[in-house]
Amino acid sequence: MAILELTGIEKHFGAIEALCGVDLSLDRGEVLGLMGDNGAGKSTLVKIIAGSHAPSAGQMRLDGALVHFNRAGEARAAGIELVHQDLALCDNLSAAMNVFLGREITRRIGPLRFLDRTAMYDRAAELFAELKSETRPRDLVNAMSGGQRQAVAIARTRLTEPKIVLLDEPTAAISVRQVGEVLELIRRLRDTGHAVILISHRMPDVFGVADRVAVLRRGLKVADKRISATSPEEITGLITGAVESA
Amino acid sequence: MKVQSNADSRARSGKGFDAVDFLARNSAPLFLLALIVVFALLEPRFMHPINLLNVMRQVSISGLIAIGMTFVILTAGIDLSVGSLVALTGLVGAYVAKGGLESRFAVNANVDAGNPVILAFLAAIAVGIAAGALQGWAVTRLRVPPFVVTLGGLTAFRGAALLFSEGGPISGFSAAYNWWGQGRIGDVPVPVIIFLAGAVIAHIVLRHTRYGLYVYAVGGNAKAAEENGLPVRLVTWSVYVIVGFTCGLASFLLSARLSSAEAVAGQGLELDVIAAVVIGGTSLFGGVGTIFGTVVGALLIGVLRNGLVLMNVSSFVQQIIIGLILVAAVALDQYAAARKRS
Repeated sequence: MAILELTGIEKHFGAIEALCGVDLSLDRGEVLGLMGDNGAGKSTLVKIIAGSHAPSAGQMRLDGALVHFNRAGEARAAGIELVHQDLALCDNLSAAMNVFLGREITRRIGPLRFLDRTAMYDRAAELFAELKSETRPRDLVNAMSGGQRQAVAIARTRLTEPKIVLLDEPTAAISVRQVGEVLELIRRLRDTGHAVILISHRMPDVFGVADRVAVLRRGLKVADKRISATSPEEITGLITGAVESA
Repeated sequence: MKVQSNADSRARSGKGFDAVDFLARNSAPLFLLALIVVFALLEPRFMHPINLLNVMRQVSISGLIAIGMTFVILTAGIDLSVGSLVALTGLVGAYVAKGGLESRFAVNANVDAGNPVILAFLAAIAVGIAAGALQGWAVTRLRVPPFVVTLGGLTAFRGAALLFSEGGPISGFSAAYNWWGQGRIGDVPVPVIIFLAGAVIAHIVLRHTRYGLYVYAVGGNAKAAEENGLPVRLVTWSVYVIVGFTCGLASFLLSARLSSAEAVAGQGLELDVIAAVVIGGTSLFGGVGTIFGTVVGALLIGVLRNGLVLMNVSSFVQQIIIGLILVAAVALDQYAAARKRS
């Protein structure tokens, strides 16, 4: 059974139709590349899955059960983690504090609650080790490379056992060497049984790591194919509209 | 100067002791120590315990507000209205203590005709909190930049203070009221104890609570904080409430010390307060700074003023020196940051 099942998802912003009836499914341990030109509706679709937008029409099923998210926090609680394109990191805080931001570990002293920094440093160190990242929990994020920053944002998704991890353009702003690191992080997520949706403009990334690719154009899904059954040329044609659909 | 991140950075570099880095990072505490040594050598009266406690007492009023201001500046905000708010809240407290304006100049026989001190105290703090809540609301809901909101507050609260007091002072309080500004516990003046207690509490809140972490996060990257589900608007609003609270508290201590409240009190106080916070290493861009730094900054200004007065340096020259130190402190921070990047 698919872990995520979208049927007939529509989203209107006033007169603008960002999504006009998209069906999409995702299995456990699968990496889906979601591609499309600017304005094709990728971000809108991701925001709907992550709970920041409510769809105007359509249904979303998680593990077979119908879900409606009104806030990002609800999707997170249901096991859907989004890694934002800008990574949503606070440069002035340590790696560990960024990982735990919004979900801090606290301990009680009498009626008061205090941050348990030691516990957070320890847990963050474990997470970075699992990701085989050299990021150190106490380092400030502002001194980090793009790859390390990605590792911090991805470590966040593993605080809980998420069912689905959404990555919005994770390789858009980092160096070639660091792209390799990020793709490795994505493989590791898949190997641990997570379902991943990778939103990307970059053909080599999608063909390097995804099992399946879906293409959006003007709010419609125009293709949904196994990677082995398609080619970068065909996908490029689908994105631009040179190939109508496949 | 960024005391908080010291341990982190040392752990990161993993190298030996870096003297230049240490000097640049701890310039405010080191400069304070140097000032104390210099004044102690040049002017024997400086180190007298009575003088040192006096410095502390003078510092405690602006220092308390600087603690609240640290929260605001950590979120990349600013509050220019604190001097005016001190005048307004001080007058409200005095008014309540006196039970009205009729006995505004009454001393001795009539001083206890009004309300209990605790009511005056609560009234001053309530008005401070309300003013802070109002300004915080304008910043977070009307989306007016904090500089503009509190510049408006600077004018409006001063006007309100003048209107409320009909221009004149309210003087002569009961001994119980005056104790808060003039009393001592052991040898230590009451305002100093309150200032230091406030600093300890604020330090614990900022360093060890979820709320404190959120203040840093909002100042570091408000959008990221929002994306992580933090209550950014509530946190931003709350820092103006906190600084309003510290204004109410400080004005109560000030009026008790002077046994008088007036509408022209606290003029230019905002500059001293902001200078203390910035000299203490808090970044005006938000996200970086400590309460320890602010206490050092406030002490530095107080010690400098006191030492220069003892040495008969004119107050005009004092102003020039404090201005230069303010700029030098920020320049040193920039230097330390640039050095770290390279």
